[in-house]
Amino acid sequence: MSDQAGPQAPKVQDRSTVSSWRESYRRYRRGHKWLNWAIPLALVLLAFSYPWWGLEGPLAFIFNDGLGIDNDTLFNMSIYVMLALGLNVVVGYAGLLDLGYVAFFALGAYTLGWFGSGLFVNRDIHFLDTNAARLPGIHLSFWVVVLLAGAICAFAGVLIGWPTLRLRGDYLAIVTLGFGEIIPDIFRNGDDIGGHNLTNGVRGLTQLDRPGFGENIHDASGGILPVRYTSLELRPWYFTVLAMMLITVFVNLRLRDSKMGRAWIAVREDEVAASAMGVPLMRTKLWAYAIGAIFGGFAGAIYGSFINGIFPTSFSFQISVIVLVMVIVGGMGNIWGVIAGAMLISWLNFRGLDKIGERIGSLPGVSDDFSIAKYKFGIFGALLVIMMLFRPEGLIPSSRRKAEFAEGEGTATLYDVRT
Amino acid sequence: MSTAETAPGPVIERRLPISQILLWIAGVVLAALIGYWLIKNAIESPDRFLEVTLIGITNGSIFALIALGYTLVYGIIELINFAHGDNFMLGAFQTNSIVNDGSFQIPLFPTSFVLALPLGAAATAGSSSSQKIYTIAMCIFFSMLFCMVINVSIERIGYKPLRNQPRLVPLITAIGFSFILQDVGLVWKDAGPQPLPNILPTGNIFHWRGATYGWNDFIVIAVTIPLLIALSYLIRRTRSGKAMRATAQDMDASSMMGINVDRTISFTFALGGALAGAAGAIYALYIGTAKFDLGFRLGLFAFTAAVLGGIGNLSGAVLGGVVLGLIQAYTEGFWDARWTTTVIFSVLIAILVFRPSGLLGEQVPEGQ
Repeated sequence: MSDQAGPQAPKVQDRSTVSSWRESYRRYRRGHKWLNWAIPLALVLLAFSYPWWGLEGPLAFIFNDGLGIDNDTLFNMSIYVMLALGLNVVVGYAGLLDLGYVAFFALGAYTLGWFGSGLFVNRDIHFLDTNAARLPGIHLSFWVVVLLAGAICAFAGVLIGWPTLRLRGDYLAIVTLGFGEIIPDIFRNGDDIGGHNLTNGVRGLTQLDRPGFGENIHDASGGILPVRYTSLELRPWYFTVLAMMLITVFVNLRLRDSKMGRAWIAVREDEVAASAMGVPLMRTKLWAYAIGAIFGGFAGAIYGSFINGIFPTSFSFQISVIVLVMVIVGGMGNIWGVIAGAMLISWLNFRGLDKIGERIGSLPGVSDDFSIAKYKFGIFGALLVIMMLFRPEGLIPSSRRKAEFAEGEGTATLYDVRT
Repeated sequence: MSTAETAPGPVIERRLPISQILLWIAGVVLAALIGYWLIKNAIESPDRFLEVTLIGITNGSIFALIALGYTLVYGIIELINFAHGDNFMLGAFQTNSIVNDGSFQIPLFPTSFVLALPLGAAATAGSSSSQKIYTIAMCIFFSMLFCMVINVSIERIGYKPLRNQPRLVPLITAIGFSFILQDVGLVWKDAGPQPLPNILPTGNIFHWRGATYGWNDFIVIAVTIPLLIALSYLIRRTRSGKAMRATAQDMDASSMMGINVDRTISFTFALGGALAGAAGAIYALYIGTAKFDLGFRLGLFAFTAAVLGGIGNLSGAVLGGVVLGLIQAYTEGFWDARWTTTVIFSVLIAILVFRPSGLLGEQVPEGQ
């Protein structure tokens, strides 16, 4: 895979003797440049056609029945891939440990609540919304709301990052954790801020706007693009979130190879050296933070719309940790690793564990009230510990990252940025 | 991990004076407003103010016990031991079993079975006072032992092999252990809150207008202060304490001086665990209930206390705990309990932004 953004890692020669298949694969890839676009294209087509070969059709008995990847799970998996890729910018590229990423996810969802629901009943603002009737409240077009969610999250990211990004690594982790707790708390108590109901508090927001294209585009596209998405026809949802995910992947790839991406990696590896080479530390970190936040916002907006309910309790610290687990298990900084990690962990989280639990429950000698849900925390915790003990660089690490880990003690400063 | 290896003075842009000044002005204004608000409340209803202050000190001493565990571990290996709060929760659950079932229980984790060691300590609100005292003593002792063993095992299994890894690695391991311990709690007891009868002495020590101070409040302090004195003695006067201080200062040098660094670190974790166990026992007895996810929130509050006082600084942790207890009590007493979390985490962020070294300064536990 094309995962090295700079010079080869020093240990390449050792590795080539150990696993020569990898080297020969690389040589093969070098000789066949067309694979560079053919493989991604094939994967994208495979993903878009999943409803026809995975949900129903020839392989449904494995994917839909066996693994339990149905429409809901598929949607959630895509959302989490987006979140993980967003966090990857912050943690993987720039090396800033963020334990409060859920804050941006929540903020994105609540942006939809503000601009696409009947929360502000006394207002009557409409802009290209695709609801059947003219509902009270602020209703902007869903696509505008998604962009707005990204913008608001980026702004919030800068606002949070500006005073805090000067902190040392683990202090930064704590500060982000603090924000990750404060923001859902504000949403929880936001039904009475100076007498205004801004978030509807613990009752949450329901009846949210759905994406849609409106009559005109629907007709112009010959009925392919739906007027508005419904809870019955789930395919448009999947295609939409998949498209958003692909945009995320694309942006991630281009960012990695950009000047900013190289600056992030430089800051991650050695902040002092990067700064001496003229990399503006604060600006670089703020960009990482803001861009990571944008993807969280996008994911939050479409998630809220799909679930059709936003509750402050759904944005807990656990989500931050699960997204972090995805990034770490997959391989920090490597897009393909992060995608694989996110798919694996989100599948486990939403269906896989239940499926495995069913299997265990049906074994002889296991009591009927066995419930694997009880062990979810423990399993994820154990996964983290085992990964850290045996393969801290992740399942599919970027070669650069691997080299950083292999350096050992020298990397002690990796996350130790003095104020 | 040797501390900071005399890193070259980091190159920082010193071009932030305006933003820094603005931040500082905002901080000072905020502090002045809070001071004004407190004084106003104190003058309006002095008895209520006194009562809230006493509640704050009582809660704060529990925070202080937990915060000490964070600060001890941070002082020696610069690790935020996320699992500490959940360890505290398990201590509270142990006390719960001792009071309710009269037995010391060892959860055999993946299963829901427990190994029970009968102590004959079950007590209800109507038990005789000697029975109650026996139960309280058993609770504190066995919870301390239990948490100590857990903490040392975690260190041996998880943190020790990762000592030379980048700091992110043990930090994430700690989060993993925190999840595992939460799950142990969930499988051991159930998901709901676990109540236990009040066996602390009742009655008031003094009563002034509306403010009361009961024996149960006093017990919390009466257990905490001797523990703090013992800890202080241990660290300042004993050989192990000296080894701890040396290890915290420079791990490599102290190992060259013949200090068994591994054992010293384990000893530190044992101390931290014991304090978490004591805090868990007191919490369960005083509050009267415990829940499996209690450790996360309370652990973070205690961590805030440790940061507030200056992480790595033992007196700082105690001061920070009490200050945080007061902040919590004033928020709940004079404003709105719903905002406690927000206020406490805002304090954490403000401290980290304005004064990362805390109130008393960031230090290794050097027997201040």
